Parts: sequence; structure tokens; C-alpha cells
Amino acid sequence: MTEFIALGADSVAFLLIVGFIGGLVSGFIGSGGAFVLTPGMMSLGVPGVVAVASNICHKFPKALVGAYKRHKYGQVDIKLGLVMAATAAVGMWWGAGVQQSVRESFGEAGSNLYVSVAFVVVLAIVGGFVLRDAIRIYRAGTTEHEEEVSRLARWVRSVEIPGTMMTFRVAKTRVSFLFVLPLGFATGLLASTIAVGGFVGVPGMMYVLGAPGLVASATELVIAFVMGLGGTVKYALGGYVDVRLAMLILLGSLFGVQLGAIGTTFVKPYMIKVVMATIMLIVAVSRALVIPVYLGQLKVLAISAALAAFLKQVSFVMMVLALAVGAIIIIGAMIRGHRAQA
Amino acid sequence: MSHAKPWKGFVLSGLASSAGYALLFAYLNDREAMAPFFQKENWWLPVMVAFAFSLAHGAFTGYFWDVLGVRAKPRGSKS
Repeated sequence: MTEFIALGADSVAFLLIVGFIGGLVSGFIGSGGAFVLTPGMMSLGVPGVVAVASNICHKFPKALVGAYKRHKYGQVDIKLGLVMAATAAVGMWWGAGVQQSVRESFGEAGSNLYVSVAFVVVLAIVGGFVLRDAIRIYRAGTTEHEEEVSRLARWVRSVEIPGTMMTFRVAKTRVSFLFVLPLGFATGLLASTIAVGGFVGVPGMMYVLGAPGLVASATELVIAFVMGLGGTVKYALGGYVDVRLAMLILLGSLFGVQLGAIGTTFVKPYMIKVVMATIMLIVAVSRALVIPVYLGQLKVLAISAALAAFLKQVSFVMMVLALAVGAIIIIGAMIRGHRAQA
Repeated sequence: MSHAKPWKGFVLSGLASSAGYALLFAYLNDREAMAPFFQKENWWLPVMVAFAFSLAHGAFTGYFWDVLGVRAKPRGSKS
């Protein structure tokens, strides 16, 4: 049986608050929260694998509730979500194998280094690209307009490969399955590496397939549900899910996911990009800070224990900050949108 | 535009959600009572619990914001 951790009032309060903020961000951009919840649970004394398993167990009901809500607003492309989820499952399976071989070859520090480098490289590149696009929309004064389809997506749509073409009605796109496949695969691969596949899935659906930001972020919730359910079953078969932790996170998280979903109907579409890019870039910096710590553990770099502890602490605070900043932008945008409507 | 508040749904889902969480808090640190949820052969239990909570608490949180007056912008209205 998994180690039984006694949960005090402070642990419960932590899970409720972070659950709410993570839910708010997820309801709005389709994913988020895992990067704070998992290390947060570990700092409460929860073993790493149980923290990952319990986070996944809260993720699928949260995604289910968020997807249902946003489906009511006409934002979810179920077909695209299911096709992406099927290919993401393959990516996740492959990613888990890569993780395992990295751990076997280089140990725990090597595995942590691999995850951190993946975080920094992917989030800096994709986050930077999304931010540049959001700034371009803002400067062009077209924040009120329907989003422009990217040049890449226009090309992807123009490629006709007989027998592989799929139409996604809500996402307003018709593309070859051969383009969706690597995108889903990359989403799953990232999900199994850094636990937030949406950081590739959502920008991919926007910039490669040409889906509007609102549809991409809502559809990500379908992918998160399918992958979360599969992940929960996998971890539960090993007895790693602590259902108490998962349901405590869910207590706050469902208030958040509902609010985040409502928020999407009030804000200008480019706000999805602003929130996503902000969170991604802060998280990238946060993970970059711990790279020297793992290099120290691998004896590549000489680093004192005090400095390593300090860097780890600053990194965690920055991840909490990333989530908090995302939540503040969402609430601010909702209030502005509400006032504009009144 | 006035909007009728869904009090009935709010109360019923609130009762269901509160009952679930009351049970969770009552047995939160009871190792023996929680043991079946951690056993490999009972892998379906956490999945079922998660679905049940998402149904009850998901409905309650939806009604909660609605009752508070925090609702989605009607489609077609200007932002």
C-alpha cells in the first residue's frame, strides 16, 4: 500500500487554494496547475509518484467539467479533441519510455535535468512565439477582430492528401490527419515529460491547424480528460492514487474551472494567448533556475548545498507566481469584459 | 435581462457535494477506513469516486456562480 500521509489543516488549505487557482487557469487556457500542484504535494511529504498520480486523478474530472461547460458555449471541437487524444496517448506512452531510460542511465538527477531542460526549451520557444503573436495583435489594434489564421496553418490547410483529409467543424478547419498526428504525439510526449501537454497542444492547434484560440483551449480539455482518465487508471493499477489528495484539489479546482470557462465568454480572444505566454515564460525561467542544481548533483558543476536549496525555493515561488499572475490577468480581463457589457 | 436563479439545482447539488466532502473529511486521516482506496485490486475505486465528485461538485460549482450572478456573456452580445 502507498504511504499514508496525515493531512493537517495547512495541507488542506494549500490544496484548496492552489486547486482553485489551477482550475481557474485550466478553465481559461485548457491546462495549468500541475506544475505547482505536483511539487507542492511533494513538499507536504507526499512521495513523487503519488503526487503525480493524485494530480492526474483530479485532472480528468476537472477537465470533464470544464469541457462540458465550454461545450455549452460552442467552443469545443470534440472530434479534434478525440483525434488529438488518441495520438497523444501514443506520445505519452513513448515519452514515459524515454523518461524511464533517462532515469536508468543517468539516475534521478539526470531525469530531473532532462525534465527541466525540456521545460525551458519548449516553453521559451513556444511561449515566446505566442507572446510575440499577442503583442502583434495588440499593436495592430485588431484585438476585437476574429483571429487571423497563421501562414503555417494556411499552408497546412492547402495541402490535400487524398484519403487523409478531416474536417473539424467547430475549429473551422479542414486538414490532413497526417498533420494532426505529430501534433497529438508531441502533446502526449510533453504531457508525460512536464505534465502540461497543453503548452504544446493549444499553440499547435492554433498555429498549425488554424483553430481559433478559444476553440483550441476548450478542445485541450477533451484531450486532458482522455489522457487524465487513462493516466489515473494506469497509476491506480499500481495503487499510487491518493484519492483524498485528488478530491481535496478538486474541491477548489471545480469552482475555478467553472469561473475560468465563464471568463472566456467575456474576454477578447487574444487574452488566451496573453495568459498562456505569460505563464509559460515565467515557468521557463523558474525551471531554468534549478538546472544548475541538477548539474551539481551530476557533478558537472560545483554548487554549494545552501545555494542549491535557495535556487529550488526561488524556482518554486516563481511557479506559484506564474499561476497567480495568470489568475490575476484572467480575473482582470473578466472584470473589464463584464464592465464593457454592462 | 433578468435571469431566474436555479435555487433547486443549487440546493440539491450542494447537498450531494457536501455529503461527499463531509464523508471525505470525516475519514481523512483514518488509515483503516481509507485502506481499500489504495489497494491495487481496487483500482476502479478512485476512478469511480472522481466521477461521482465531478458530477455532484461539478453541478454545484456551476450553480454556485450562477446563483451569485456570475454568468457567461449571452452569445451575440458585444464585448
